[in-house]
Amino acid sequence: MSKVTFPRMGESWRTFKMLLEDLGNEVVVPPRPSKRTLDLGVRYSPEFACFPLKILMGTYLECIEMGADTIVTTGGVGPCRAGEYAMLHQKILKDLGHNMKMIVFEPPRHYPINFIRNVWTLNKARISIGGIISHIKRAWRKLQALDSVEKLSHVTRPREINSGNTTRVYRKVLDWIDQAYTTPQIIEAEAAALENMKNIPQDPQRMVLKVGIVGEIYVLLEPASNLEIEETLGNLGVEVEKSMFLTGWTRDNTWNETTERMTVTEAATPYLPELVGGHGRDSIGNTILCAKRGFDGMIQLAPFTCIPEIVARTILPRVSSDYDIPVLTFFLDEQTGKAGMSTRLEAFTDLMRRKKLLQLRTNCLTG
Amino acid sequence: MTIKVGIPGSLLYYLYYPMWRTFFNELGVQVVTSGKTTKNILDQGTREALADACVPIKLFYGHVMDIKEQVDYLYIPRVVCLNGKTVYCPKFLGLPDMIRYSIENVPPIIDVRMDTRQGRFALVKAYLAIGKILGAPKSLVLRAYVKAVGILYRYNRLLRKGWSPVAAMNFLDNQVGGTDFDGPLKPSLKFAVLGYPYAIYDSFISVNLIDKLMKYGVKVITAENIHPTLLALQKNCNLPKRLFWTLSDRALKAAHYLFNQNKIDGVLHLTAFGCGPDSLLNRLIEMEAKKHSNIPFMTLMIDEQTGDAGMTTRLEAFVDMVRRRKEVH
Ligand code: SF4
Ligand code: SF4
Repeated sequence: MSKVTFPRMGESWRTFKMLLEDLGNEVVVPPRPSKRTLDLGVRYSPEFACFPLKILMGTYLECIEMGADTIVTTGGVGPCRAGEYAMLHQKILKDLGHNMKMIVFEPPRHYPINFIRNVWTLNKARISIGGIISHIKRAWRKLQALDSVEKLSHVTRPREINSGNTTRVYRKVLDWIDQAYTTPQIIEAEAAALENMKNIPQDPQRMVLKVGIVGEIYVLLEPASNLEIEETLGNLGVEVEKSMFLTGWTRDNTWNETTERMTVTEAATPYLPELVGGHGRDSIGNTILCAKRGFDGMIQLAPFTCIPEIVARTILPRVSSDYDIPVLTFFLDEQTGKAGMSTRLEAFTDLMRRKKLLQLRTNCLTG
Repeated sequence: MTIKVGIPGSLLYYLYYPMWRTFFNELGVQVVTSGKTTKNILDQGTREALADACVPIKLFYGHVMDIKEQVDYLYIPRVVCLNGKTVYCPKFLGLPDMIRYSIENVPPIIDVRMDTRQGRFALVKAYLAIGKILGAPKSLVLRAYVKAVGILYRYNRLLRKGWSPVAAMNFLDNQVGGTDFDGPLKPSLKFAVLGYPYAIYDSFISVNLIDKLMKYGVKVITAENIHPTLLALQKNCNLPKRLFWTLSDRALKAAHYLFNQNKIDGVLHLTAFGCGPDSLLNRLIEMEAKKHSNIPFMTLMIDEQTGDAGMTTRLEAFVDMVRRRKEVH
């Protein structure tokens, strides 16, 4: 029987594993990217390939060692490189003597047939269409549960009294959600998890800075690729809000109902009216929206040589000065070190804190 | 006073300058271009542009810096898609915005969007929009457009005959001169030079690659010398998906065509440091080259620091190697 694997992005693997198993597949869970993953990926990828492509290359090679022979991944229609990843991965793996089966999901709106055919191939258990839909719905609910506890961890970490508490509790509650199977179980596990997180002893008086994180989706979602930037920031007393979650695709529509009355695209248009692939335009739009919501700063995460984020990075300094919000960019690759990143983050936090104190003081005096 | 429009001498300059210049001149607008890349232009570009950008984008910044004080408008169209299928590199798509928001005191930018996927008349509409910005009457704009298209046709014909862009532009200007890539010596070898027009034809950043080869008695053929129909016949080059980007797609098709035709002695791929699409393109060409091991293949990477000496050594070694192989067989 074939063994299936897929790209790893943060904790989402728990959902994909469940879904693929429900459809009757044997799953190889992609391991968390490690030093070895990076080494493998770098060795077998083109030098200027983007960082996510390299990590995935390494991950696939590790999964092959673990017996995987089928890879499920996503395609895309450009204009960025991500849409061509699957093709290049397959070619390189073949060159190395691994004849992998690739199941590439293209955007269903452009390729409806491809979508149906892929689902059918993966449906080893020959479940009815209704069954598949209910499995997908349940998986989606689990993904939402994972996202909501992650979001809460960003709120509690900067306020926790005993350092390391949030991370410990977070690890524990993830397992609860992982074990939940039916929808009511998932809902119950989510509630218990959130409850547990809220009970972490916190200091409500502490001055917490709020920072938005924008950038390319893979490095935003996989902590191993961004050197756990959220945790580092949390420990520095910064609450982070990521602009992207796997379940957050629909958020662009709901934005209209917020006080900003503006979608991300609308916000970005004066600066970058063109879709430049990846999430370049979103990085600009989200920076503007976060500035309007009174955030203290923004961090842009971009893979080295990432085309859309380079375009965004070129324009962001102007946005930063127009909206008076500090922006810090990290171009990530296999050489980025955690120590260097921490130093830059500490300096950035200091800057934001001083700015905030100054603002508070002037507000007191004038108002 | 006549309006002055600046056209930076990089990126699409090598493919469309004759057309654009004709168009503006017909409207009675003076065109200022930065022309050939110089050391100074490169240095300015490196200083102004983002350090993580690719070399061609840095060069473009340098060309903008060179002319921005002398013109009323900068012409940086947002070229998205010109063939109804493939798009340009995302950096082209955001180019006007990058320039506008990261260089101080830039004159107004004419950044009309060109995307032929939007319908048959998308290009005419784009040129009408340019005319409107410059305050030219519609009939004049249409006449200028027709004339510009005619020039582009003649320019492309010259390129296909094997001329270099510089020679072809010269010829269209003066109706004299011009040679193909044969060079003075009787060429004994024939090489394909693949890469983006703004890299291989820019004699400064490519460190005179084409001239050097000519001096060694090598005839050069580039993607622009091949008839588009022959390239189109390559379909997707046996890939499940074609490359998204026009110029990368063209280079890959040229590689596919030339390797399979088997009439060349060597293939060079000139790639730019920090180029995103090239990370894919280069690997795909390399894989194609592997299948044709009888045709030697070499990748040359250029960056801001590429020196004459290093390039010469590598080229000479490659040419020698190819020549020796040829004598043996
Ligand atoms: S968005 Fe960036 S990282 Fe993602 S494929 Fe494009 S260039 Fe690569
Ligand atoms: S194709 Fe490559 S060299 Fe050209 S602009 Fe894009 S990234 Fe730069």
